[in-house]
Amino acid sequence: MQNETLIAGFGGQGVLFTGKVMAHAAMAENLQVTWFPSYGPEMRGGTANCTVVISDQEIGSPQVRQPRAVIAMNLPSLDKYENQVAPGGYLVINTSMVNRKAKREDIHVLEVPGTELAEELGDKRLANSILLGALLAESKFLKPESIEKALEESLHGKKHDMVDINKKAMKKGADYIKSK
Amino acid sequence: MAKELWKGNEAFAEAAIRAGLQAYFGYPITPQTEALEYMSSRMPELGRVFLQAESELGAINMVYGAACTGVRTMTSTSSPGTSLMMEGLSYIAATELPMVLVDVVRGGPGLGTISPSQGDYNQMVHGGGHGDYYPIVMAPAGVQETVDIVYGMFDLAEKYRSIGVVMLDGSIGQMIEPAEMPPMLEVRKDIPEWAVRGGSGKDKRILTSINLDPAEMEKMNLRLLKRWKEVEKNEVRFAEYYMDDAKIAIIGNGTAGRIALSAVRAARAAGIPVGLLRPISLSPFPVKAVQEVAAQVDNILVVEMNAGMMLEDVLKVVQGKTSVEFYGRIGGVMPYPEEILAEIQRIAANPSPINGHPRDLWIERIEPVINR
Amino acid sequence: MVALDIKDMEVVYQHPDSLANVSTHYCPGCTHGIAHRLVAEVIDEMGLAEHTIGVASVGCSAFSYNYFDFDFVQAPHGRAPAMATGVKRCKPDRIVFTYQGDGDMISIGAGEIIAAAGRGENITVIFMNNANYGMTGGQMAPTTLPGMKTTSSPNGRDVEQTGYPILASELLATQEGASFIARRSLHDPKNIRMAKKAIRMAFETQVRGLGFSMVELLSTCPTNWHMTPANAAKWMEEKMIPYFPIGDYKVHPALSELKV
Repeated sequence: MQNETLIAGFGGQGVLFTGKVMAHAAMAENLQVTWFPSYGPEMRGGTANCTVVISDQEIGSPQVRQPRAVIAMNLPSLDKYENQVAPGGYLVINTSMVNRKAKREDIHVLEVPGTELAEELGDKRLANSILLGALLAESKFLKPESIEKALEESLHGKKHDMVDINKKAMKKGADYIKSK
Repeated sequence: MAKELWKGNEAFAEAAIRAGLQAYFGYPITPQTEALEYMSSRMPELGRVFLQAESELGAINMVYGAACTGVRTMTSTSSPGTSLMMEGLSYIAATELPMVLVDVVRGGPGLGTISPSQGDYNQMVHGGGHGDYYPIVMAPAGVQETVDIVYGMFDLAEKYRSIGVVMLDGSIGQMIEPAEMPPMLEVRKDIPEWAVRGGSGKDKRILTSINLDPAEMEKMNLRLLKRWKEVEKNEVRFAEYYMDDAKIAIIGNGTAGRIALSAVRAARAAGIPVGLLRPISLSPFPVKAVQEVAAQVDNILVVEMNAGMMLEDVLKVVQGKTSVEFYGRIGGVMPYPEEILAEIQRIAANPSPINGHPRDLWIERIEPVINR
Repeated sequence: MVALDIKDMEVVYQHPDSLANVSTHYCPGCTHGIAHRLVAEVIDEMGLAEHTIGVASVGCSAFSYNYFDFDFVQAPHGRAPAMATGVKRCKPDRIVFTYQGDGDMISIGAGEIIAAAGRGENITVIFMNNANYGMTGGQMAPTTLPGMKTTSSPNGRDVEQTGYPILASELLATQEGASFIARRSLHDPKNIRMAKKAIRMAFETQVRGLGFSMVELLSTCPTNWHMTPANAAKWMEEKMIPYFPIGDYKVHPALSELKV
């Protein structure tokens, strides 16, 4: 078993954080995990991405050409990574920040107005958790309880009061995609 | 202790601290800087020495001074900084002092890129500094292995009064993986017999790298060499995957090795009998392991993130007994498993020995890819 | 021969304990020997021999560790202040000093010395300025005087091409981290006595934990200056001192009351 998720968006959209939550959750399930950031030229222009590889055996390559899932937080990310999603994989699109439909038909396209749903919760910075909630509801890469545990672990200190609202955001994203 | 998520650069810093590191000196350089930053808060908190030097020249010479006092000391840097440290490394080797260097390698030459590379192989393994000296060089492939190797490197450096280098591809410094930290060792209270401490008369100690008498210098060189022979005997490390029935072997270290692992699994799934030898100690080089692989398989594919530096060492060991091919990405580009898989498939389809130098044939194949 | 009765005589001069009883490799008339002696006397008088670690550099004084009778390490060219920093930070209760020439300290090692002064590193620097690279046979140094002939400025230092001597004491005295900076000369007994006092002040600075201290010692190099020792001393007085004025360039207020 191995799955790979590439999360991409503008700096400040919580891309790297979302990847770390997945890494914590994978650890909670006693799985192997590698979180790998893009750095260097790709970071220019304020975009950021990271790849999270989750496996039940020693992980080889930390970056993959065809990830099982892509979370595209904005249009440049969709343009860049849509073609890379592995056939049969998942493409989560933050439709709030994207003005076009997906072109692929051989993958699961999950369209979620992440930023708008986040604003309903009072904080548009929660869009990342909404999209992750949607992805996990469909892909079942990780169990909801391990994600909850991961949020507890990755939001410590002053950020701890953000745990509940992130849990709510994850659920909102999951509910949204199930209701479609 | 339970596993926690650690970023490579911070993980090796904490591992060094737990190994009883007493003094760290460094200079900011991407992609290593998180280690310096981590040290800047952790070391003073523990009452240990941290100093940001004026340059990598300053840093390595502060390490030199600290090592003279017999403490556990280290620095970390990235490739251009390593080049600057070569002077100090040669002096430290000649003074027979233990120290640890973590080199988080980025693409070169020159200022190059800040992306992962293995372009420091030659300057570390074959000595970028002047004279005959032999650092121990290990190349881990993940965060846990980095932690374990850095933790043990101080003991090795002290055992052989040698420089211990941990060469991390930039990718490993920047990635996050679960790792279990080893227990915190107590900082050593005693100091080695040879260390300076402030003493005069018969207690006077001199630590120097100069001896203008060539006959004496020759003796010292021989002493270093003989000590190195012990290292070669005792400290070789490597990992093997799927080698039992392999007819094709990949040889790759660090990140290149673990990317190759993904390709090997994919090839195995397609029924190709391929395995992987991942050297961990680059110096001493796993000569015997490579010889055994060469005797077992029909084809070897060396995979690196440089233009074939370790390739030369493999060729030297294999001595034409097996066909050796090469695949590399250069300048800070990481290969994808698919690229290595394609090489494996190509070799499996035509395993006959190649005609020409593996690097020349690789240039022919890679040039259109690079210029695409 | 009449045996001298020495028991009623006062000892006014003897071999310092901290100076090893060996002959040096320095040329006749060179002032390194005087500088060594002054440092050794100060260390003896302050009772520091069991607490001192010296840092030798590259140049004529590379082997100074053979002449001082206490712990020494030897640094790469120009790096002595960095190496001394490493020693001092790990042994803060020890007295750590570097002994460097002009090429070492203010040419190849300019970065390290300025950084050490800026940090207020609690070390002492003995800086020997003889206006040339002595060890390699008398090439132009950053301290070579305008018009001065050396083996690499055979027609005399041409300031249009190679600029002007670097005034290290003046430069380092601008650093907040520096607490004692002085320039002295070793060309006659009066100046030698003044030099010793400055060296004492520099080590007192370190003992008091006040930060960086340096004494620049103008030194003769009869061999490479192609002069007799006496003429070298005269040349020093007439040519070098006007360019490199003797004086205290920085004295920390906590030292101003100190009498040595």
